[in-house]
Amino acid sequence: MTRALNVHRIAPGATVQDRGRTGYRAFGVSCGGAADRLALAEGAALLGQSIDCAALELPGSGGVFETTAPLRIALTGAPMRAQMDGAPMRAQMDGAPLAWSASHAVPAGARIEIGGALAGSYGYLHVGGGFQTPVRLGARSVHLAAGIGSAVQAQDVLPVAEDTGTEVGLCLPQDTRFEGGMLRMVESFQTGFFDPPTRDRFTQTIFRRDARANRMGMRLESEGAGFSTSEGLNILSESILPGDIQITGDGTPYLLLVESQTTGGYPRLGTVIPADLPRAVQTPAGGTMRFRFVSRDEAVQAQRRMQDHLAQLSKLCRPLVRDPSQMRELLSYQLISGVTAGDAPFSEE
Amino acid sequence: MDAAISKSFEPLIRPAGLDGVLVSFGDALTEPANRAALAFATEVEKAGIDGVEDCAPSLVSVLVQFDPVHLEFEALVERLEALLRDRTWFDAAMPEGRRFIRVPTVYGTDLAPQLDEAAKAAGLSSEEAIAQLAESRVRVQTIGFAPGQPYLGLLPEVWDIPRQTALTKAVPEGALVVAIRQLVLFSVSSPTGWRHVGQTALKLFRPDSDTPFFLRPGDEVQFVPATPDVLKHHADDPNGGAEIEAIR
Repeated sequence: MTRALNVHRIAPGATVQDRGRTGYRAFGVSCGGAADRLALAEGAALLGQSIDCAALELPGSGGVFETTAPLRIALTGAPMRAQMDGAPMRAQMDGAPLAWSASHAVPAGARIEIGGALAGSYGYLHVGGGFQTPVRLGARSVHLAAGIGSAVQAQDVLPVAEDTGTEVGLCLPQDTRFEGGMLRMVESFQTGFFDPPTRDRFTQTIFRRDARANRMGMRLESEGAGFSTSEGLNILSESILPGDIQITGDGTPYLLLVESQTTGGYPRLGTVIPADLPRAVQTPAGGTMRFRFVSRDEAVQAQRRMQDHLAQLSKLCRPLVRDPSQMRELLSYQLISGVTAGDAPFSEE
Repeated sequence: MDAAISKSFEPLIRPAGLDGVLVSFGDALTEPANRAALAFATEVEKAGIDGVEDCAPSLVSVLVQFDPVHLEFEALVERLEALLRDRTWFDAAMPEGRRFIRVPTVYGTDLAPQLDEAAKAAGLSSEEAIAQLAESRVRVQTIGFAPGQPYLGLLPEVWDIPRQTALTKAVPEGALVVAIRQLVLFSVSSPTGWRHVGQTALKLFRPDSDTPFFLRPGDEVQFVPATPDVLKHHADDPNGGAEIEAIR
């Protein structure tokens, strides 16, 4: 039987994502790819497969899916309530909760239900072999802003590639990146457009993620005056990088993300470092963020720690304990409110 | 380097975030700076520097993206400085295979509702504004913002009008917008701070085609006035009724 996942119900804006496409910036196509690169890598580690495998990105909540063949799955990113039903040969699994940040065996004909996010923003459903949706411009990533592919709809059938792996029942330790917190940024070539008092005020402000945030970017809400610069409206359009904090003419900051435009004319106050982008994108609606400038040296250290962490993910996978009392523990998440230190797992050795 | 140009602007190398370097050939849009950016981007790509992940020109600059763990910022800057010294970038030739494209365009009406506002900002009557925009033969200076989307210029000086303070929620695909002596033709529906003065039926990005991007840097474009009926007539033509000829 064809290996596929039938979609019965799905959150609006859910898309198939891999690591995106490089090399098309000169044609106006930003890299795109999974909003939370760490979650993508965690899924690959749990299933013991290539980081290039495409997964399903679930913004805010999941959906209802049915397998047409036995599949291995992994659930990563923003923790969501998930359960499996109706596996005909394994009635004892009816209603069995599926632990998050973990891999599972799912028989043919099983129904997987994924609810709303308990923390964070983007959950990921990975399948053994990866989704085999069309490759466009060198990647399977749907790029909504560019009109490359489209969001997954109810009744869609997502083909799944052959799976060479067999291992399931692994889990990764839960991370604390799902509650907002402190985000590190470096100065960029337009930081100088903002006078020091404006920059200081920016780093002293607590921002709230606007509910309308998407893969292009998020509006940062705050009390008090905006952060405009008089040099704002007549400068030449310049290249944009994911993580750039762009200030529009009325002084509103936007954090630009993986699917942002490749160029833009509103000035950028600074750039959030790549190691902190998973935390930034996972900030839940209404969650709070703060920003601080760090030196290039500190940012490179953080980048090195992130690369090391990604390289070691498969070594961090542990057997999932199936004891029901422990299961509950795995399913519970600390819902820390307010601003956290926000530097794990990349800040210290 | 040409003495007159070197006096006005030395190429500038600055960090762009943690994993980018921006090489700028000007702080305003000039033709020599635009030529330099296009040519330098090609050269950086050819150089195949270890640790460089992507390289793309914009209007007067080149963004080089790299892995900051495996290639030190200072080492990359040295390599780029060496390349900059190689030759006079400001008089580089235009890319090969350029074309002149005439695109039917509806100015104003409810299809392009900000023509009057833009004309006023430029100190022109709406009729004068249409005449000036329709006469201008503008060049694709870079592709950016969205897939296949051109920045075109330069318009006469009166068009040095600022962007809006707030964003327009969305302009449709094929929208012609104006600010700072430039036109942008939208390849997707998008929010923008530029004013929507014209509407075309051109599809700039064709993701399922072998040639997904219609325009290239160096191409020249003229936006010829058309009626809404003419635009409707071309609705199914991805070229939007455009006439194309080679520039020799």
